[in-house]
Amino acid sequence: MELSKFELGGTRIKQSDISKGNVLTLAVTPKLEYAWDDGVAIGRYLEELGNGKIIARKCNKCGRIMLPPRMFCELCWRATDEWVYCEDTGTVNTFSLCHVNWDASRIPEGEPLHLPAVIHIDGASPGMGILHVLGEVEPDKIKIGMKVRAVWKKPDEREGSITDITHFKPVRAARKKSKKKSGGGR
Amino acid sequence: MIGKVAITGLGYTEFSATSPGTSFRELTYEAAVKAYNEVGIEPKDIDTFVCTSEDFCEGYSISDEYCNDQVGGILKPVQTITGDAIHSLATGVMLVLTGGFDIVVVQALSKLSNMKTVPNLVNFALDPVLNRPLDEHYSFVSGLGMNRFLHDGKATREQCAQVVVKNRANALSNPVAAYGADLTVDNVLDSEPVSLPVRLLDLAQVADGAIVFVLASEKVTGSLTDNPIWIKGVGWSSDSPSLESRDWGNSVATRLAGDMAYKMAGVRYPAKEIDLAEVTDEVSYKELEHIEALRLFEPGRAGLALEDGRTTSEGDLPVNVSGGDLGVGHLFEAAGAQKVMELVLQLRGTAGSRQVADAHKGLAQVWRGEPTTSAAVAVLANQ
Ligand SMILES: [Zn+2]
Repeated sequence: MELSKFELGGTRIKQSDISKGNVLTLAVTPKLEYAWDDGVAIGRYLEELGNGKIIARKCNKCGRIMLPPRMFCELCWRATDEWVYCEDTGTVNTFSLCHVNWDASRIPEGEPLHLPAVIHIDGASPGMGILHVLGEVEPDKIKIGMKVRAVWKKPDEREGSITDITHFKPVRAARKKSKKKSGGGR
Repeated sequence: MIGKVAITGLGYTEFSATSPGTSFRELTYEAAVKAYNEVGIEPKDIDTFVCTSEDFCEGYSISDEYCNDQVGGILKPVQTITGDAIHSLATGVMLVLTGGFDIVVVQALSKLSNMKTVPNLVNFALDPVLNRPLDEHYSFVSGLGMNRFLHDGKATREQCAQVVVKNRANALSNPVAAYGADLTVDNVLDSEPVSLPVRLLDLAQVADGAIVFVLASEKVTGSLTDNPIWIKGVGWSSDSPSLESRDWGNSVATRLAGDMAYKMAGVRYPAKEIDLAEVTDEVSYKELEHIEALRLFEPGRAGLALEDGRTTSEGDLPVNVSGGDLGVGHLFEAAGAQKVMELVLQLRGTAGSRQVADAHKGLAQVWRGEPTTSAAVAVLANQ
């Protein structure tokens, strides 16, 4: 589509006008640094990711198994009760095919797209899971409801981070029968 | 004031230089649970929530989106004030006075230990075109203010140091204060020069902590508590942001915010009617500047009143019995909440070893800190 026909008239500012100082601007880069305390819930979550496991927190009143875990149930307004391991498999809740990088630069034609997805993790309550990226899949083959599995970094490369999972990839075999496998994690 | 609004429930955490192992959510949750338990309510009983949050302090943009879970505000009307917690308190008061909300929660949090470059954060508040290119440490603004204050004969350098000695000592009687210390005037005057006349010990140090209040309309207050603390008046104001043309050595915003709160509260003679005050002492001299602006002492007499012991916890008008920002810790946007919290404890008669005798009416003032000229005031009473 030709975007140029929607552009307004007038004299355009060129990049050179800015670099030559014909247009007065001031560039500042903030130097702000943070180190957030993960807290009890997210601290344990990250630690378990480092072990190749996905852990949730259960509220025994409403029965929700919450992922990411939290130390209090915001609906029941009480402390949550127990740690529960989940599977490292799940279902695509929603996804997007991103043709742009985080800084809005375009991904060159022919290079892989970014494939962020919300994944409902098996063992967690409905609507709860992990925001991650999909991989080892053609973009046009991705479907909502598709079964996926975590691909983990090697144990000695993990650092207790959400990126200890490199991506989720489709579970190809036994689409209908696959119910549950024992023991989350690798 | 039309109608009455009370603080019924209060919850707070300890204030400390760091709070490792506890997330900002977990910190606020602790304060919220304590506040709601005091008055036997749950989030379902609360009509609306006012949180306090400043993106650059939290390290999130649109940080208000992250405020609701930990106060029980999920699926409820929540709003966030990017000002001080006393601005949030004033908003809570107005919400009750609309008649549409009987129980309103006001939340404040400081997790400043997670902000690793506080000088840059504050420097980033300076005018980017005219001020920031000069590349000064932000404490220069305090130096400019104090120098003019001293030059105008408002107080002596020693009196400013005495503010530090008094407040850090007061904090020793406050079990949740972070920076209690037994200092001398000479300790302060001999401390490292920062931006003279300001020295290291003149400056408050940052702290973490969370505070939650349960506000209630007169109609439901009786069902929540036998010991309500009434919010008699609130006020807020801002002077010029311009460092070039503000009224140095005078807190005009505090004067205007105080007068607004006094008018609402029906206070005609502040010096006689106010039993105790908690004011911002983020820089030592500011306590003296603020209590003068609030008409608690005659112009130029605040320092003498301090010397005479009138503002100690045994004096006739105790100031910063809690320890103030110097003794409790500087809580950034939660700073005003700590001042209101101290008044609630004092006016309830539950302040323990630092209880002020015959405390019936108190004043909390907050200044938003360098480089601002914004202030907010609340007048509270136990009857
Ligand atoms: Zn629950």
